[in-house]
This record gives sequence, structure tokens and C-alpha cells, in this order.
Amino acid sequence: MRYAETGYNLEIDLATGNIERVETDPKMMETHLGGLGTSVKIHWDRVPPEVKPFDPENLLIVSTGLLNGTPAFSANRTVVTFMSPESNLLAYPMMGGFFSAEMKYAGYDKIIFRNKSPKWVYLWVNNDKVELRDASHLVGRGALETQDLVRQELNQPNAQVAAIGPAGENKVFTASIEQSRSSASRLGGGAVMGDKKIKAIAVRGTKDVNLARGAEFMEHMKGVTEYIKFRNANPIQDVMTILSGIGSPQEMVHTDEKWHTENFAWGNARTRRRDFWTKENEENWTKAQLGSVKRLISCFNCPQHCGGLVSYQGGPYYMMKCFGKLTYCMGAMVDDLGFNFRILNRATEYGVDSFSTPQILAFAVELKEAGILTDKDFAGTSTYEACPEDKEGRFFWLLDRVAHREGIGDILADGVYHAARAIGNGAEAFDHNTIKKHEQLPLKLGMLDPLYYLMYSTNEKISITQIEGQWPQTPFPTREQREEFVKDWPQLPDEHFKQYLLDWELRGENSNPYYPTPEMCCEIVDWMEMLHNIDDAVGICCGMSGFCLKPPYHIHNYPKLISAANGMDLDETSLKKIVNRSRNLHRAVNNRRGMTRADEKPPTDHWKKRFPEHEELLLSTYYKYKGWNMNGVPTKEKLHELDLGYVAEDLEKRGILKDGED
Amino acid sequence: MAKIKKKIKTIKIDADKCNGCRSCEIICSAFHATPKYSAINPARSRIQVISHRLKNIWLPVFAGEYTPSECMGRDIYVIDGKEYDQCGFCRSACPSRDLFKEPDSGLPLKCDMCEGEEKPLCVTWCLADVLVYEEREEEVEEEVKPEDVEIGLGSLIDKYGLEKIADTVARMSMAKKA
Repeated sequence: MRYAETGYNLEIDLATGNIERVETDPKMMETHLGGLGTSVKIHWDRVPPEVKPFDPENLLIVSTGLLNGTPAFSANRTVVTFMSPESNLLAYPMMGGFFSAEMKYAGYDKIIFRNKSPKWVYLWVNNDKVELRDASHLVGRGALETQDLVRQELNQPNAQVAAIGPAGENKVFTASIEQSRSSASRLGGGAVMGDKKIKAIAVRGTKDVNLARGAEFMEHMKGVTEYIKFRNANPIQDVMTILSGIGSPQEMVHTDEKWHTENFAWGNARTRRRDFWTKENEENWTKAQLGSVKRLISCFNCPQHCGGLVSYQGGPYYMMKCFGKLTYCMGAMVDDLGFNFRILNRATEYGVDSFSTPQILAFAVELKEAGILTDKDFAGTSTYEACPEDKEGRFFWLLDRVAHREGIGDILADGVYHAARAIGNGAEAFDHNTIKKHEQLPLKLGMLDPLYYLMYSTNEKISITQIEGQWPQTPFPTREQREEFVKDWPQLPDEHFKQYLLDWELRGENSNPYYPTPEMCCEIVDWMEMLHNIDDAVGICCGMSGFCLKPPYHIHNYPKLISAANGMDLDETSLKKIVNRSRNLHRAVNNRRGMTRADEKPPTDHWKKRFPEHEELLLSTYYKYKGWNMNGVPTKEKLHELDLGYVAEDLEKRGILKDGED
Repeated sequence: MAKIKKKIKTIKIDADKCNGCRSCEIICSAFHATPKYSAINPARSRIQVISHRLKNIWLPVFAGEYTPSECMGRDIYVIDGKEYDQCGFCRSACPSRDLFKEPDSGLPLKCDMCEGEEKPLCVTWCLADVLVYEEREEEVEEEVKPEDVEIGLGSLIDKYGLEKIADTVARMSMAKKA
């Protein structure tokens, strides 16, 4: 019997319609655990670097994590992997919601799509019965509306459905895959799904997920449960409200947005509005939010409620989460939060990433103001009106064009990086907020932060919010506050980290950018990354682990939980080794696709005060710490240490790793 | 028949607080697995969260008595502007729906308040405080409670007829003896 995992993948050949239920090698779990780890392994094995994102050979893998479907709270992430049309690297956006557990109960760890369907289809997985069904009648339907239409059509109210909207159908590079209150948004999974002509995936499962040592697992969960209760009752002091609790940032609960609105940049990641949070704006925002959020909702088996069921002024219900609450307002420079509630509804039905998309639209507005795009680009046609002049109307119009790839929208739909180069004429200079061709958080800050510098530069996620989390964003001003914070910090991988925090000051010698020192930065960043990598292999939401301060899951309880679930006898060292193996394999996939040190750069204007020499030192120190050569490629020695000799051999054959290089 | 005092155990449900996480389903199925906590399968759970997300309906219902026949109840209730059908509130395992039936056998499931535990585990595991365990004493008519096997067999008899079940049991026991 297989424990925690089901031991089966679904292999779908969309070109022929062939569907196979394939038993997996139990060794895969031992070497890569599951979720992102085992998916990365499949991409390495089966997708040669020559394969382009819209080639039939690009695999789209929808994967559960090892702990999905078990009683582990917040084990509800589904990880979607594919070569991204935007970055051309291996992307892994994740969604919460209810999908991965249902997949497990249906008896599958992963659904692996290859090739392209000749006509629009959706996949219906009902335990052992799996079929591709015609989806031509669903084309053009919204991503949210499609989920209910499929449930109705199948007469399966309990089926979980992941769907794309028109943006995915049109291969918009920021198209998301929407599911319940969640979405796998970043880097264009929806576009790849659309390219393969899969409109939706519906799953219903009524089988068992087995635990190797169930009673022991439940004992460990008691500790986790107690800690969740403790953290919910004891928010962390002296940090921003939004960072004080556990779960994803509680955007649906908290109405105070002074921090986001005044510290994050508006427009095309340009303007900080330090006086935005006036009494008037606070009243408008609070009223819009409290009047619209009808219920706080969670994902599968999670006691938190990071999502909201919303309806703005009697409009249709849809579900909202996190930072999406304000990104369109900020991108469009609109002060009225009601605008965000209205446009996000349409954006969710289109199925687009609410981080990247508003920046793309704001980028277009800037280009118009700079005269690089002209009235001609904003003109109407026989099928649509010309672009309105007002800020709100303009954003709605641009969103419509992008989602349908109409007119200028066809160029913008490739994301800021690619659009800037297609438009030319100086547009490249307006692409100032991307890393590895991917839009970043609209942050423009003062002093270089060495920890964030490393996270931005080196992580394969290419999205800071799913790399950071364990370490406070800024030093505590007083010694007393620091002592208070470190007093109770069981999540630390090692006690000596406490001293780093105690000595970390806002100003002076022990402050950014030289403190934490490069060596300390390596340890801290590596710790954060390691925890996220475990989360992503087991399917635990990083909101309850890697992404928040003092989370319920950490390196000391993870090995016990995982071992009780799958019967392996993991300790901290062996668990770290597994995720480190997968993490290095992921890097090798990207190295093989051409990623080098030259790509590992945060946006030039991310911080005002830059220290080029120190940045190079940070990067080199980190590379060395990770066992990578100075070009950011894992060394032969490192790869062998992680039992990845076959990877070293491949990289050498391709000339990516050279003999004698360290 | 004699009146006796009986401890009534029940779960009060505050549906407005439900965040729809279904932890109750998970822990219920884990607790009732054999061996305990060896497997999880919400389809076997004796509590189910009936939900229509875009209609703002999240409604935990725990399994009550098995009933052999469908009822006439097809009424629609509108509460706080939300439409519920009558089945939504019904706790019975009945022929008109799949709810509260073992997915393999179709046998009816019934909440047993997690006998042996201090209170039902769904109550303990619901950190959103939707489920509240209540005990009260009531005077009731004394009744002979059928055993689980009897209830299960009864439902099979309702479905297939006594003769077929008896024949099947006889055939199986003969095969076993042989």
C-alpha cells in the first residue's frame, strides 16, 4: 500500500485522446517527496530544453502535494508546472482551494497533459472513470462561471473544477487558472492550458488517502493545532498588522491599508503616495470593503479565512483574496476602492493574474502619456468602442483588449517585457519592474536590502511573496522589542540566528545593506527557501508555514509529520537534503534553458541606494554557499552530493558545466 | 412503555460562521477509519458541508437516521435572501441522494457523536467555532435500539428485498463453508 501519496498519475495525451492511469515509482517519493519536487523531476526527464512553451511537448502538470487530503491543516495547495511563455523557464504557480485534495481522493497524485487537443475539451475525472469531454459550448465563458456550468452539466455539485477564462483561451501570458476562491496565476499557466485547448479540469473523488502511522500523525497535529490557536490569539507585536498573524495576509479582514497604499508604488510601479491614507480615503475604502465582503472563506481544511466572498453593490458574487483587493486601484491611480471590486470581478472571469495584469495596463497608460503609443492604438473598431478618457474606463477598456488580444491588447498580452520590445521606440525603458521577464511587486524603496536582493535575484519562483516570510522585513527599533521577539521562536533552524536578529539595527554599522553580513544573509535566505520548498512538495499553504512569521509548520515538526504520513523515517537533515535536491534540479532545468548569472538581477530602480560591488559580493557568496559556480549553475560536486550525477553529466555534455570550474 | 431519562447529545450549528473548510469531514472520516486515523475520505464522513459558494451557502449537516423511502419534501426555503432546498437541511441517509452513504457499499452512515471521545471530533477540529456540542436530559419512551448490523441489513433489504438478501447471505455462507 502507498501512504500519503496515491501512487498513481494520470497521463493524458491530448493529441490522441489517450488516457492512462500509471503507477509511479515509489523511489520518486523517497528522492523528491512529491508536489513541486516530483513534478520538477518529470520536467527534467521529459521536456528537453529545446521545447518552447507553446510546443506540443511542453508538459502541463497539475500536481497534489504529499500531505494533501490528510488531516494536516492547510494542506490544500495544487502546484501547476510548465515552461512559461513569459519567462521561458520552469514556472510553478500554485493555487489553494479544494482541488488537490479531491484529486487525491479520486486516486491521483498528478495529472500530466502532453500535446494539444484538436478541439476544445475539458477533463472529467470521477475516481477511475476519466474522460475528455467536448467544451466547445464553454468557449468564451468566464473562468468562474465555467466552474459552475461544468458542475451543473455533470450533475456533480461536489466536483472541484479548475478552469480558464477567455484570457487563457487567447493565450494571454498572464492568464490564470481559476478554481474556487483561488487561482494558479503567475507566469501564464492559463495560457499553456489554453494552448492545449483544455477549458477546464473537473475532479470528484470518493476514495481513501492512507496514513502510514495515523495515530502518531494525529498526535503531531495536536501540537500544530494548539499552536494555530495560540498564534491566532497572540498576534506578533510591533510589526504591521498584516504581518502579525498567520495565514495569507488577512486582506479581507483588515481594512487599514495605509501601509500598502503609501509604501507600494502606484501606476506602472512608479509613484509612492505618502499622503494617500487620508480620513476620506480611509472611509471610502473601509465602507467599500465592509459593504462588499459577505463572508470570510477558507481553502480546504484550513482554519484561517484569507478569502472573501464578495459582491459589490449587489453585483454578482465572486471570490477575492490577498493583494488583489487593491492592485487595480493602484495600477490605474484610482482612489475609489469600489473600482477595484468592480474590475476584479471581470478580471477573475477573464482569468488573469491580478499582480501582473494591472501593471501591464498601467504600462500602456504610461506609454500613451509618453507619446509612444498613440490615439491610433486606443481607437475603436466595428466591434468595440474607442478607449474612454477617464482612468477607470481606460483600465476596463485595456483589460478587455488584453483578455481578447484585440488591437494593442494583442501586444500587451505578452506581458510588459515582451510588449516593450515589440512596441520599441523607447518603450523598453518603461519595462522597469521585471525580473526574468516577469512583473514584480510594485515596490520602489530606499536602501538596498541584502536579504531581499538575494531572494529577488536567485529564486526560481520569480515572485518575492512566495520566497520570503520567516525573517522580519525590517529590524525592530529597540533592543527590548528584539529580545521580546526572539524569546519565543521555536521555528528557528538553529539558536544562533537569534543573535543575528538581536544585533540587527535600523541605522548604523549593523544595518542594511552591510548587515546582516553576506554570510548571515546566505543562511537566512537558504532557510526561507528550504521551508518554502518543503511547503511546495507537501502542498501546505505557505501562509501557515514559509510565508509568515512564527508559523505552525517548520523544520522541527515537518519531518515528524511527513514520516508519520508516508512511513519514511525522515529527520531534519534527510528532509532538507530531499528538497535541496529538487531545488537544485529545478535550477538545472532553468540553466539548461539558458538562465545565467546575468539574469539574476532585481529591477534597477527597486532601491534608490544601490551598492553594485556589495551586490556582486552577496550574489557570489550565496552561489558559493549553495554549491553553485559563479555563473549560478550547481557544481558537479554539489550535484553528486545530492545524487544528481545524471544532471551533472547532462550539463557537462551541453557545455553548461565545464570541467575544473567551481 | 416506560419513560426513561436519556442524555441527548447534539451539535448546534452556526452556519453563518462556517468558512467552508471541511475540516469536520476530514476528521470524521479519519476517526471512523479502521484502524482509527489510518485513512481519510470525506465521502465517508458523517458530517458534510453542503455548499454553493456563489450563492453564499455553506451548511454543515451531520448524519441522522437512515430512512428507506423518499419524503415529499421538495420545498424551497428563503432565508436571508438565500434559497435552500429542503434536502439541504435534512440529516437522513435516504434513497433520493448520495449523502451519508458509504461510497463502496452504499450502506447508510450515521453520526455516533464519536463515542468514547469527550465530544465529537468535528466540534474539536472546527476552529471557526461553527459546531457546538450540547448535552441535555430528556424524558423519552424506552425503545430498543437496533444494532448497526441490523440497520445496515435493513437498508439492503429495503433496496433489494428480503428474499434476495436472505438468498445471498445463504449462498455466501455456503460458499464460505465449502
